[in-house]
Formats: sequence, C-alpha cells, structure tokens
Amino acid sequence: MLATRVFSLVGKRAISTSVCVRAHESVVKSEDFMLPAYVDRRDYPLPDVAHVKHLSASQKALKEKEKASWSSLSMDEKVELYRIKFKESFAEMNRRSNEWKTVVGTAMFFIGITALVIMWEKLYVYGPLPQTFDKEWVAMQTKRMLDMKVNPIQGLASKWDYEKNEWKK
Amino acid sequence: MAPEVLPKPQMRGLLARRLRFHMVTGFVLSLGVAALYKVGVADKRKKAYADFYRNYDAMKDFEEMRKAGIFQSVK
Repeated sequence: MLATRVFSLVGKRAISTSVCVRAHESVVKSEDFMLPAYVDRRDYPLPDVAHVKHLSASQKALKEKEKASWSSLSMDEKVELYRIKFKESFAEMNRRSNEWKTVVGTAMFFIGITALVIMWEKLYVYGPLPQTFDKEWVAMQTKRMLDMKVNPIQGLASKWDYEKNEWKK
Repeated sequence: MAPEVLPKPQMRGLLARRLRFHMVTGFVLSLGVAALYKVGVADKRKKAYADFYRNYDAMKDFEEMRKAGIFQSVK
C-alpha cells in the first residue's frame, strides 16, 4: 500500500493488476484465476501464496506460536507449518512416474494405425511406379553411371572393380 | 519427524559443482568428437584423394569412358 502511495506521487506509473483489482473491488469481481496462485515447481521454489488459504482454529493458533521463538516449536508443529505453506515437498513433486510408458505406448499405437492407413493408400490410391524404377532400367542406369565413373574416389565407382567387372568385396 | 536422522545434504557450491562437471565433460567430448572426425573422416578422405590421384592417367580414363560409349561429342 505504501508502494501505491509512492506511485501516485511519482505520477500514476505502472501498477500491478492485483493492486488495481483491490482498489476497485466494489466494481470488479476477481475470479480465482486472476489472483496469485500456488504452484509446485522446481524452478519456482517460493510460490506467491501459501498452500492453505483458510486456516482452522488450531492452525491459526500455531501461526501465532510461530511468531514467538522457533526453538519452542516441536518437530510435528514445524512439519504442520511447512504443510500449511507448501503442498508437496521437493522430493514429492519430483517423484518419478510411469507416465512415459503410457506416452510411448500411445504414440506407437497411433503410428501403427498410420501404417495401416499408408498400406491402404498404396493399394487403393497410388498409381503405378514410373518405369525408371524397374529392375532392368536401374541395372542399365547403374551400368551407365559406372561407365561415367561417377564419384570414383569415395563414392559409387570407387566400389566397383573395373578389372574383374564386379563389385569390390 | 521420523526417529532416524537423515545426513545433512550438500547445501553449498551446487552450481559450481554442476558447472565444473559440465564444462569438463563438454570439453572432453568436444575434443574427442573433433579428434575422431579428423582421423575418421578428414584424414581418411585426404588419403583417398591422394591415393587416387598418385597414379592417375586422365587420358587412359577418357579412353575407357569413350569406349563405353557415354559421350555424345566423340564416339
């Protein structure tokens, strides 16, 4: 609130949405999603709000006790305070799961369906292959490429034995 | 909370440790890949070209191609 007073002195500069909403609560009703939310995220260790919004009577009493010296708190009370502030611990939020199996399985399943679709497509949609794919044509094509000595150093012609007239072993 | 007390985890120098590990690993892997490429690809290719052209007779090559009948300008 001090911040908004300073801003009004400076000249109505950038004010956060939540501050504006608080100022106009009589006109604007703020939905749940507009308010700061709690998140369990490894890269956001201290969320904007505590996990438990509405404290029970015993929790309120505990919060009062928290204002005194912390050495007077028992272990259970410390854990209770932690659980008020946070939903899952880092160990809990980072636990591994078996979700990847479901994901991989579903992906493979749909790839399989796609395979069936492609098989149907080859059978009922596509026309014949051009003659350049016939075995005889490819043989004549390869012979001509060898005659031309295509890529004689590391490529096609380098794999052909010109003395014995066969592919190198 | 529980009766057994867990050992205190490493609290400091986590980023430094991670950086050191990844910098060393990255350096070693980069050098390794570069060395393997130099030997397996670059040097191999240079040798192949040198060997090919050491005793290369362009006219003989041309005659072979001409006899095979691939040219249009000379039969």
